[in-house]
Amino acid sequence: MKRAFPIFAILTALLLSYALYAALVMAPTEKTMGDVQRIFYYHVPSAWTAFLLFLINFVASVVYLIRRHPLADIVAAVTAEVGVVFCTVVLVTGPLWARPVWGIWWTWDVRLTSTLVLWLIYVSYLMLRRFSSSSQTPVLAAALAVFGALDVPLVYFSIWIFRTQHPQPVIGGGGSIDPRMLHILLLNWLAFLCFAGLICWSRYRLERLRREVEETQALEALLEPRRVL
Amino acid sequence: MNFLYAAYAATWIVHIAYLITLVRRYRRLQKDIEAVNKM
Amino acid sequence: MSLAGITGATLAKDLRLEWRSKDAINAMLFFALLVVVVFSFSFDPNAEESRQIAGGLIWVAFLFASVVALNQTWARELRNQALDAYRVSPAPANALFLAKTVGNFIFVGVLEVLMTPLFIVFYKLRALGPAWQLIPVAILGTWALVVNGTFFAAMSIRTRSREIMLPLLLFPISIPAILAMVNATTAILTGELSSRFWIVLLATYDVVFTIACLLLFEMVLHAE
Repeated sequence: MKRAFPIFAILTALLLSYALYAALVMAPTEKTMGDVQRIFYYHVPSAWTAFLLFLINFVASVVYLIRRHPLADIVAAVTAEVGVVFCTVVLVTGPLWARPVWGIWWTWDVRLTSTLVLWLIYVSYLMLRRFSSSSQTPVLAAALAVFGALDVPLVYFSIWIFRTQHPQPVIGGGGSIDPRMLHILLLNWLAFLCFAGLICWSRYRLERLRREVEETQALEALLEPRRVL
Repeated sequence: MNFLYAAYAATWIVHIAYLITLVRRYRRLQKDIEAVNKM
Repeated sequence: MSLAGITGATLAKDLRLEWRSKDAINAMLFFALLVVVVFSFSFDPNAEESRQIAGGLIWVAFLFASVVALNQTWARELRNQALDAYRVSPAPANALFLAKTVGNFIFVGVLEVLMTPLFIVFYKLRALGPAWQLIPVAILGTWALVVNGTFFAAMSIRTRSREIMLPLLLFPISIPAILAMVNATTAILTGELSSRFWIVLLATYDVVFTIACLLLFEMVLHAE
C-alpha cells in the first residue's frame, strides 16, 4: 500500500506527458481556429474533472448530513479544494482561448457565467471551512454544499436567457467532432482524472494526519495541562 | 499560437502553485508531529 | 405551545426590541440613502438611460442594506447566551428560524417602502410597463434575500469573522435571485420585455430555498 502512491504518481506523470504530446503533435489542426483550438484538450477535461469533483463533494456532504461519518467530511473537504483548483484552470484557459477566437477575453454567456458562479460558491465554501471552528465545520460546510447544489440549476436557467456564445457541447450536443480529436480529448481527460485522483489522495492523507495530530494534541493537553501551558 | 502556450503554461502554473501549498502544509504538519512526539 | 405560537412570540419579541431601539432600521435606512447618493455621481441620473440601470441600483442598495439587519438577527441572541438557551429549550428550531425570517422580512420591507419614493424622486423614475407587477417582484425578491440571509447569518455567527462572513456566503448563492429581481424590475420600468419569466424564477427560488432552510436549520443550530 505504501508503494502504491509513488507507482501511481509515476504512471500519472507518464500518462500526462503522453497526453500532452498527443494534444500538441498528434491531434489534427482545426480548420478555422488553427492551433489555438488545442487549448480544448486542457480546457474541457479540466472542466469535466472540476464538475465531477463538485458532484462528489455534494454526494459526500449529503452522506455526512445523514450518517455523520467523519470520512465523508474529509472527502467533501478534499474534493471541494481540488475542484476549485481545476475550476480555476478552466476559468484561466477559457479567456486565453476566447481572445484569439472571438476577439474578446470574456463574455457573460451562460456557461462561462455559470462556471464563474460555481467557482464563487465553492470559494465561499472553502472560506467557511477555514473560518469556522473545527467542531462545527463539517455540518455548516455540508449545509452550504447542499445550498450550492440547489443553486446551480437556478443559476444556469437564469443566465440561459442571455443567448449563448460558447461553442455547443461536443459530446451529445449534436455537434460533429473528428474521432481522432475525441480520442485525444478523452485521453487527456483520463490523464487529468488520474492527476486529480493523485492530488486528492495526497490531500486526503494530509487531512487525516492533521486530524490525528490535532486529536493527539488535545489529548496531551488534557493529560498534562501544565506542560502545554 | 502564443495563446496556446500561454494556456498550457497557465494550467501547470495553477497546478504547481497548489502543489506547493500542499507541500508546505505537509512540512508544517511534520513539525507538529515532531512536537507531539517530544511531549 | 404550537409552532405558530412560538413563532409569534419570538417575532413579537424581536419587533418590540426593534421598535424600542430602532438600531437596525436606522442603520439600514442611512446606508441605503448613502448608496443612492453615491451612485448618482457615477452616472447621469437624469438621463433616459438611467431607467435601464435603476433596477440594478435599487436592488443592490437593498441587498447591501439588508446585510446590516441580517447580521443583527443572531448577534442579538448571543448576549446573555440567549441562543444557547434556545438550543436546549424544547421549542422547535424552525419556529425560531421562521420568526427571525419574518422579522427580517418586515424590516427590509419597511426599508423598501421608505426608500422607494426617494428613488423615484432622485432618478425621475416612471414605470413604462405594468407597475403593479413591482409588488410581487418586491415581495418575492425580499423573501429570497431574507430567507437565505437569515440562514447564512446563523452560519456566519458561528465563524471567527462573524460580520464579514455573511455577504461572502450569501451573495454567490443569491446570484440567480438578484438576476431575477433586477431583470424583472428593469423589464417593468422600461416596459420593453415581459417580466413573467423572472417572477416565476423568483418564486421557484423562494420555494426551493425555503424548504432547504427549514430542513437544514435544525442541524445548523445544533452544530457543535
